[in-house]
Amino acid sequence: MSEVKLMKGNEAFAEALIRAGTDAYFGYPITPQSEVVEYLMSQKPYETTGMVVLQCESEVAAINMCYGGAGAGFKVATSSSSPGISLKQEGISYLAGAELPALILNVARGGPGLGTIQPAQSDYFQATKGGGHGDYRLFVLAPSSVQEMADFVPLAFDVAFKYRNPAMILSDGIIGQMMEKVTLFEPIPRRSLEQIEKECPWATTGKKPNRERNIITSLDLDPISQEKHVMKLKEKYEKMQAELRYEEINTDDAEYLIVAYGSSARICHKVVSIARKQGLKVGLLRPITLFPFPYKRINELANKVKHILVTELSLGQMVEDVKLAVEGKVPVYFYGRTGGAIYTPVEILEYLKTKL
Amino acid sequence: MITYKDIIKPENLVYRRTPLLTQKTLSFCPGCGHGTVHRLIMEVVEEMNIQQDTIGIAPVGCSVLAYEFMDIDMQQAAHGRATALATALSRLMPNKYVFTYQGDGDLAAIGTAETIHACNRGENFIIIFINNGIYGMTGGQMAPTTIPDMITTTSPYGRDTKIMGNPLKITELVAQLPGTCYVTRQSVHTPNNVRKTKKAIRNAFEYIKQKKGTCFIEVVSNCPSGWRMTPLQANKWMEENMFKHYPLGDLKVPSNENVKQ
Amino acid sequence: MATKVKGAIVIDTERCKGCEVCIPACPQKILALSKQVNSKGYFYVIVQNHEECTGCTNCAIVCPDGAIEVYRAKVEV
Repeated sequence: MSEVKLMKGNEAFAEALIRAGTDAYFGYPITPQSEVVEYLMSQKPYETTGMVVLQCESEVAAINMCYGGAGAGFKVATSSSSPGISLKQEGISYLAGAELPALILNVARGGPGLGTIQPAQSDYFQATKGGGHGDYRLFVLAPSSVQEMADFVPLAFDVAFKYRNPAMILSDGIIGQMMEKVTLFEPIPRRSLEQIEKECPWATTGKKPNRERNIITSLDLDPISQEKHVMKLKEKYEKMQAELRYEEINTDDAEYLIVAYGSSARICHKVVSIARKQGLKVGLLRPITLFPFPYKRINELANKVKHILVTELSLGQMVEDVKLAVEGKVPVYFYGRTGGAIYTPVEILEYLKTKL
Repeated sequence: MITYKDIIKPENLVYRRTPLLTQKTLSFCPGCGHGTVHRLIMEVVEEMNIQQDTIGIAPVGCSVLAYEFMDIDMQQAAHGRATALATALSRLMPNKYVFTYQGDGDLAAIGTAETIHACNRGENFIIIFINNGIYGMTGGQMAPTTIPDMITTTSPYGRDTKIMGNPLKITELVAQLPGTCYVTRQSVHTPNNVRKTKKAIRNAFEYIKQKKGTCFIEVVSNCPSGWRMTPLQANKWMEENMFKHYPLGDLKVPSNENVKQ
Repeated sequence: MATKVKGAIVIDTERCKGCEVCIPACPQKILALSKQVNSKGYFYVIVQNHEECTGCTNCAIVCPDGAIEVYRAKVEV
């Protein structure tokens, strides 16, 4: 039975984990996302669905526990915020190298270093350009509502298992902490070990007599076969373009385009409506997947708008991808706040007007 | 007159290489204890007939290639994180036998936190810890377990405890944690010690079967290449020096010792 | 006709790395390095006096490469 509830983004994510048939969650406290592990501990899913919930000794341990569980074909997830996500990068690179599905939530906060506990979007590069070592990418979803914090969980798992690659939900402190109405999807049961073995024949569930042993590894000392392996990952990321998702608001007749994701996109909804009232034909394109990125669509829109404004709660990271997409056809401006400071719609509109 | 040739018949076979070791030649240096421990684990898995339910984890170090030689499902872990993988596996599949196979650098340097917390949670798996007091795979650097005055490539004038600290007795540490049910220190350089080590590994698998908690087996071993000695010299040096810092024997056994022999 | 236990071992000379760890392990002291090398260049171990072998398995269980098979039988002497 789907339910409608008033929940924090972090709690909606946690509830969605239970409902998505997740097998294990490994967490660690860090503001602004500690509610995830708190909520899961309060719900005790280990007594209902049998889901493992464990608070670990570090984010490093947590991501490696994900690796272990994922290597046996289980649905595993972890969450943290910026500094904690940095700690997980080696583990994430291992997950990608060993071709393991796993879900990682980043409720981003201002950096660098300890930074602040206020929200920010300054982890875009880390999330979309492979934050760890080696040639790999993550499938990255950027929720801009509590509803998406819940709905993106099963979606991320599906894509992660379809491509055998880790997936990230890149949220931030705003989306994680704010409360909103959310319609919670019908629970999906956890898979049995037999189902897992059928769906994931590569999983290390114990060597059956009828098969060779399964080995989960990202190691290959022979450069030629390692290169072949990395090229296989490349093909995977090309195929993953099929998972591209974005949303467009008032772009049909737009003369000016804003590109913004996550919480910035929410703020820019308001910018578009205020601008429209003032007779300014402004449209918004919201990338929902940050990888794959909507290069083609932005390039098309660049043919019919005078300029593009990118707004991010950072010094400007996604703006580089937008510039790549636009190929110099029109000017691409950037307006950002960072360090946890957040812009208002009016503030953005004022900036936009200086570029008319 | 019956000669030895007449005896070599299948019915007279009393010992052979376990088929649970793959056919691949072990890549360890001549005389290295890693090969022996690999063999003992697979012998126990064979004797308990649990190949279908055993999952091994090999981290980074000389042990990283374990999955080339052990014919069971295995995972390769990032350096120091094997016990984290094992935690997930043993919690998600409580009826499987999970073991990690780690060197001293992996378990007692970078992996210290994972080691201590897995033991402190009493995770139901086996830690097999090969302590040769050195980083073997990377060419012989000092490890936390390097003993005083021991020469390595990063303590070329001998380990100076004033600057580089003392040998880390991780096994004594984890023995203090209520989560560990069986903590023992063995070696594999003589037949007698090999028999004891095999017994310890068998005990550990039995304790895991009964979900008694974390089993921790340290095997003090040699590193002929890293120590710059022949295997026999290394074994002799080990007896005279390593065993002083790492005395063999059980540090902890389950209280109600009712494991069927 | 007394019976006596006789042993015999077979060494996989290609697997043997000539580490010599089995040599002191043999209570009968009948193992030694050969003068020949295997395809990898290791002087492999050979049995000097097969008839002395009791099949005690000491050499086999201490071998890091699992290169030794052991046989044992009661024979009439």
